[in-house]
Amino acid sequence: MKLEDLLTKLVEVDSLELENVEVDVEELIMSVKQSMVMLARAAAPQVQRVEQRAEAPAKPEEVSFELPVDTYPGRIEEVTIGATRAEGGTRGYQVKIGGQRTLYLFEGGWVNKPVVSFDVFDMPQPQFPKALREVWSEYWDSPGEWAKEAVKRGADLVTLHLVSTDPKVKDTPVSEAAKTVEEVLQAVDVPLVIGGSGNPEKDPVLFEKVAEVAENERCLLASANLDLDHERIVRAAVKHNHNVLSWVSLDINDQKTLNRLLLKEGLPRDRMVQDPTTAALGYGLEYTYTMIERLKISGLKGESELAFPVSCGVTNAWAAREAWMNVQEWGPREYRGPLWETVNALAVMLAGADIMMMLHPAAVQAVRELIDSLFSDAEDASTLEWLKV
Amino acid sequence: MPRVSPLEVYRNLPGTNCGECGEGTCMAFASALIERRKSYEDCKPLVTEPKYAEKLEKLIELVTPPVKEVVVGTGERACVLGGEEVMYRHELTFFNPTAVFIDVSDDMGEEELVKRAKAVEEFGMERMGQVLRLQGVAIRAKSGDDARFGEAVLAVAESTSLPYMLCSTQPEMIEVGVEVAPERRPLIYAATSENVEEMGELGARYSLPVVASDASPQRLLEIVSRLRSAGVEDIVLDPGTAPPGRGLGRCLERMAALRRLAIERGQRLAGYPIMGTPMVAWLDEEDEVRAAVKECIIASAQLLRHADLLVLHSLEMFSLLPLLTLRQNIYTDPRVPIQVDAKLYEIGKPDEKSPVLLTTNFALTYYTVASDIEAGKVNCYLLVVDTEGLAVEPAMAGAKLTGSVVKEAIDTSGVAKKVRHRKLIIPGMAARISGEIEDVTGWKVIVGPVDSSRIPAFIQEKWSPNGDSGG
Repeated sequence: MKLEDLLTKLVEVDSLELENVEVDVEELIMSVKQSMVMLARAAAPQVQRVEQRAEAPAKPEEVSFELPVDTYPGRIEEVTIGATRAEGGTRGYQVKIGGQRTLYLFEGGWVNKPVVSFDVFDMPQPQFPKALREVWSEYWDSPGEWAKEAVKRGADLVTLHLVSTDPKVKDTPVSEAAKTVEEVLQAVDVPLVIGGSGNPEKDPVLFEKVAEVAENERCLLASANLDLDHERIVRAAVKHNHNVLSWVSLDINDQKTLNRLLLKEGLPRDRMVQDPTTAALGYGLEYTYTMIERLKISGLKGESELAFPVSCGVTNAWAAREAWMNVQEWGPREYRGPLWETVNALAVMLAGADIMMMLHPAAVQAVRELIDSLFSDAEDASTLEWLKV
Repeated sequence: MPRVSPLEVYRNLPGTNCGECGEGTCMAFASALIERRKSYEDCKPLVTEPKYAEKLEKLIELVTPPVKEVVVGTGERACVLGGEEVMYRHELTFFNPTAVFIDVSDDMGEEELVKRAKAVEEFGMERMGQVLRLQGVAIRAKSGDDARFGEAVLAVAESTSLPYMLCSTQPEMIEVGVEVAPERRPLIYAATSENVEEMGELGARYSLPVVASDASPQRLLEIVSRLRSAGVEDIVLDPGTAPPGRGLGRCLERMAALRRLAIERGQRLAGYPIMGTPMVAWLDEEDEVRAAVKECIIASAQLLRHADLLVLHSLEMFSLLPLLTLRQNIYTDPRVPIQVDAKLYEIGKPDEKSPVLLTTNFALTYYTVASDIEAGKVNCYLLVVDTEGLAVEPAMAGAKLTGSVVKEAIDTSGVAKKVRHRKLIIPGMAARISGEIEDVTGWKVIVGPVDSSRIPAFIQEKWSPNGDSGG
């Protein structure tokens, strides 16, 4: 069939082509198909060549590249987490987040790097996916040991989640939770984020107590939301020298409302971080991504009620079944899970997040490498190297 | 934002409200044009009547995206790069999802090469009602032998219908590759400062898209300028890709800067699709798993910095799945509502003995649950309650999923008339309100699995319409 096609086409084309056939007889026999296609197609472009040449080429346009740098009327608030001895606390260092005057790093208005916080819980987490159990089960009977290991694995911050205080979980009394906070403060000297139970009745009471025992440590209390008595949390934070996380569920109007309320209740501007809720990769991440972009753009455009650093619970990546489920067609989950968390983290970071709360050490390492890369001047000039792989 | 307003578009329409386009008024058509639900060609008077010629010309200029659409390949699998109008998806939407090409090289051996190309073509992974696919093949001239390169191109062209790109900095090599099948519309990679004359001539002669490649944006745009003057109309920008330790940060910045030049500064020379080559990860990484991980990270970051085309090496699902899922997320149209209707859905062919399952009206929750049930071939009713678009866990936390919300859903859906039993299977994550639901509704509550993929097995093991409070 194909040989016939070729011959037909050869007849249609002028005699010039026959020369090639003569030369390539051996090759034609050896790889008939190739030569056929090549020969058969040689005729078509000739016509186009004539058309193109009819147009005289214009002179190349002058080029002068300049980085497109914008100026912004607003600035994202800079928030400091952790207090060293000099500031009346016991932390080894302080972490500063936010403070951006521009949307992109290349516009020159970035003063702080995004940071990574490791999650630590106040009780064992046997429901963790295997990849996380393998790393953390050894330490999860002791929040202090867990925190120490997290610091070894590269945490800028540690987030202590007091989940057992939830009346529906263990209803751990606040006095005991306060001891856990003290234990972790003594075990590690990195700045601390303290997470509540999520129970709207318990959390204000809980935060009043833990704010007191962690006095002057400039922790981040996570979090105030619209469903609880946030004023009590703000008061405790102000009284005992902490920051507050303003958490809403993917609604920019709610974020503005809550931020406004917290400010009105007396939270200083440089004490507020916002959390728009992190949806998992594959399960609504785009809503989070877009909300962070909107928060940053609005803040820089001068909408001061939204001009605060952003924290993201990237750990939610593990809620996606693709992160943990053993499905053969999806490839080995021991690689897939950490990569799922990594991609989730880099997405929120490139949208503008300042704190990524994470769980898997491999994911944390990858994200830290990426952060370093964003802030590094290393420059690989070659664009064509990949051709040699 | 420099986006066109409906009024500006309207000024260049006939203004007769003839309705031929299917819209009620010219103003409505103007909005439809901006949202790209309609094309200017849908305005018949404008494109046919000579008196509108001037308006037509202005209109085309107004509605042409600042990033040119470049087509690679032909037929059903042809892939469209670029065509974007905004920097941020919430400003409108992104239109053409980043194309992912997988490389082959001419030193591979024909069998392996064809196998790889076919794997790319057949790759398909169903997720949330869409099939995630790979878009094309990048054929690298690595052997240095143009006959071998020609054979490799031929093997790809004959064994798949996929778009492909021809990768070499030598114009003679590219010419051999092009001539195999110019009508397949391959993408030429790449024109550099050194070879732009020859590559430009090739691209123009065959009317093919050409990649301009240089890590310096100044030189990159100079190459673009020279390609344009050589008569090349379709161009793709390659501002270079490096692994994290060797300058990925700068690469990402160049991509963002180029896209901003195109969209917010109206710089025509930058108004082309952008590409990246995450497979640089394989250059300095011996371990295949680490290389695939690194490649996925570079690719994901570039996708978020407007890359319209990415060249990868790994065909491993563990590293492709996160990337393709990210693409699915980011290219989701934000104008489409996030909720599904709260009502009773029939899945399969349920009858009066079929189970009733409960879930929320958050679109992603609904699609996940529904697709799992469908995949398990379970006939059932899915009662979707109005949680204001929240998933189960946040709905519980925010008291949007309560006994009374469930009662309301049962009452308004008429489910009681569809089944004879009175049993409701609720998500495992809603376990703690099972008692509350029973108290308020009088239905027996069965706590289902935490993850909906377990529903089919759960139904098979646990479901019976009979029993204590059943029908």
